[in-house]
Amino acid sequence: MFDNLSLAQVPAEDEALRPAIRALAEQAATAASADIRSRSWSGFSREFSQLLGSRGFVGLTLPKQYGGAEKGAFARFVVVEELLAVGAPVAAHWIADRQSAPLILHYGTEAQREYFLPRICRGELVFCIGMSEPGSGSDLASVRSRAERTDKGWRLNGQKIWTTNGAHGDYMIALLRTSGTVDDRQKGLSQLIVDLKAPGVTVRPITDLTGDAHFAEIFFDDVELPEDALIGEEGQGWQQVTAELAFERSGSERIYSSVVLLDAWIKHLQMVGRDDSATLALVGDFTARLGVLRAMSLACTARLARGESPVVEASLVKDLGTSFEQELPVAIGDNLASYPEEAIGAELYQTLLYVTHIAPSFSLRGGTREILRGIIARGMGLR
Amino acid sequence: MRVGDKDMGNDMNEFLEPFQRLLEQLFTPEAIRAVEQGGPVDPLWQDISSSGFLDALVPEQQGGAGLTLADVQPLWQALGYHASPLPVGETMIARALLAAAGAAIPDGPIALATGARGRAVPYALIVQHVLMELDGQLILESATYDDIGVPGSLAAVRLQPIGAQAGYGSAEVIGTADQGALHHLSATLRASLIAGAGQRLTEMTAAYANERVQFGKPIGRQQALQQNMAVMAEDMVASRMAAELACAGAMPPTLAAAATAKSITSRAAARIAATAHAVHGAIGISEQYDLQLFTRRLHEWRLADGSESYWNRLLGQQRLKSSSGSVDYVRKSLPF
Repeated sequence: MFDNLSLAQVPAEDEALRPAIRALAEQAATAASADIRSRSWSGFSREFSQLLGSRGFVGLTLPKQYGGAEKGAFARFVVVEELLAVGAPVAAHWIADRQSAPLILHYGTEAQREYFLPRICRGELVFCIGMSEPGSGSDLASVRSRAERTDKGWRLNGQKIWTTNGAHGDYMIALLRTSGTVDDRQKGLSQLIVDLKAPGVTVRPITDLTGDAHFAEIFFDDVELPEDALIGEEGQGWQQVTAELAFERSGSERIYSSVVLLDAWIKHLQMVGRDDSATLALVGDFTARLGVLRAMSLACTARLARGESPVVEASLVKDLGTSFEQELPVAIGDNLASYPEEAIGAELYQTLLYVTHIAPSFSLRGGTREILRGIIARGMGLR
Repeated sequence: MRVGDKDMGNDMNEFLEPFQRLLEQLFTPEAIRAVEQGGPVDPLWQDISSSGFLDALVPEQQGGAGLTLADVQPLWQALGYHASPLPVGETMIARALLAAAGAAIPDGPIALATGARGRAVPYALIVQHVLMELDGQLILESATYDDIGVPGSLAAVRLQPIGAQAGYGSAEVIGTADQGALHHLSATLRASLIAGAGQRLTEMTAAYANERVQFGKPIGRQQALQQNMAVMAEDMVASRMAAELACAGAMPPTLAAAATAKSITSRAAARIAATAHAVHGAIGISEQYDLQLFTRRLHEWRLADGSESYWNRLLGQQRLKSSSGSVDYVRKSLPF
């Protein structure tokens, strides 16, 4: 059972990318406090994404003819790991790099590739994923927003919500109904690239419980889109979305979301010199789990590198990884608050509370825990 | 065909498949129960011994197969998968350490002791020799160990000092011990055994969930049960990865590698056993049903060679001495 997930080592040529990306990541990290860096892949900076693009670190896996580096999944793993390890702001290119670009490369027309991919590689385009709607959360096949064919292309009506990057996005790849009704479920869905600056698009940022506004609700009111807004085949939206999920769920962003907090806590322990046995055991537990989660994420990367789509295995790693990410702030909070006589700085407290408050989102975004466990159970042969 | 034979090549699958076949043939539930109930060990041991696998880790120039830890790890996992009633992995380690020290290798199964005197030593009930590390020295004891009094358990303790009574036993100093080597190896083996038994239990439990009908449908269709079984699969895969990881590097494994493997698998062991029993219901508790052969082992293996908290403390101590970030720390301290 799940025998096809086995240890994989980063090839030396990809490991060789580490010093250069580390220098850039650390440069961005030293400029920011831990609570800002703990935003992890929600930290947004167009300047930094463009800097990474100019150094060839965005769109690494894309063909050279579109501005990419023609490297494999392991190269991307190294680059992403270095950025997340220190909490560099990567949100402005994150979604485009991780899944929009591979989607466009795979399903797009030549014209779409030539237009979008070089811009993505330069770190210039912010993409978002238009999946959730007010009535469609985990039940994604129930989307209602529609694109209807017109003489010139498509007319779009409906609403998306909880769209990460929606507030400062350039384009959305939206899952829309192009035929049939809600009762047709997975049939009749298509993906369209929506220019968020088109007339009829209204973007309303949503402030979250930490005070950030990283996601938005987006309204489409008779938005006219050209013929070539369609990406891939009409009616194949569900299949295309499913293929994206292996990219979305297996990466190291599903294990490193709380790592800035972990390191801030360890620095604190080292500073105050605390080494009681409960604390040592907690540090050891987190360290052991991080090591094994990293190995599991690499094992998924190896399968992506072979051109496979490990949807079940990616779900397994994501559920285990996000559970780890969510336990960190709870246990670290207990550990710090069990020593009230110890002074802790505002920065550590802010970091702890930011991660504590945002942590529930870790097992919502990209597929909820309950949905993932259902996928794993089916992978085990349970029906 | 013996493992040491040249024509077996060095491809792991060539070793694993015959080894799995051997275990399947030898370690039937009846045979396991017979050993646990005090039956003879020798006939089973002769079959294992003559297969040549016991010298898997002994260098080729000393007549062994010269396999690496990474080569042997799947074999250890297979032993867990088949609820081994014999210390096959332990004897592989002991024979490698004895060979490395240039010492004579006794016939028969050898157990590994890593805790204080009076602590349970897995399989010590059915061996004549126990290898241990004491005050920087590798020591081979020949003594009869005392039944620990847990039904079905093959663990035993030595309460009497060697030589205290005439003919009680002897202890031979083999040489200077590579500090921690025995403990790291034993913990790493134990992690692989847990991973193997965890895999077997996950398979048995998934199969049972698809067969057992309640409320007019297989219980495996219940979402509540599916959610728990998904967690079981996660623990099983994490255990396997952790055990493989610890065997992917140097021999003996480093503290970080051994600690990671034993911590992850020990933590998973109790949870996997709990879910296996929860899904099987009352039948899983009964002696005659085979589930207990595996869940009892999971619990004993979790307690042997240090539990998750023991290794977490050691790993935590080492981690706090490093000024690296956590990602760098695990990247550099583990083989992958």
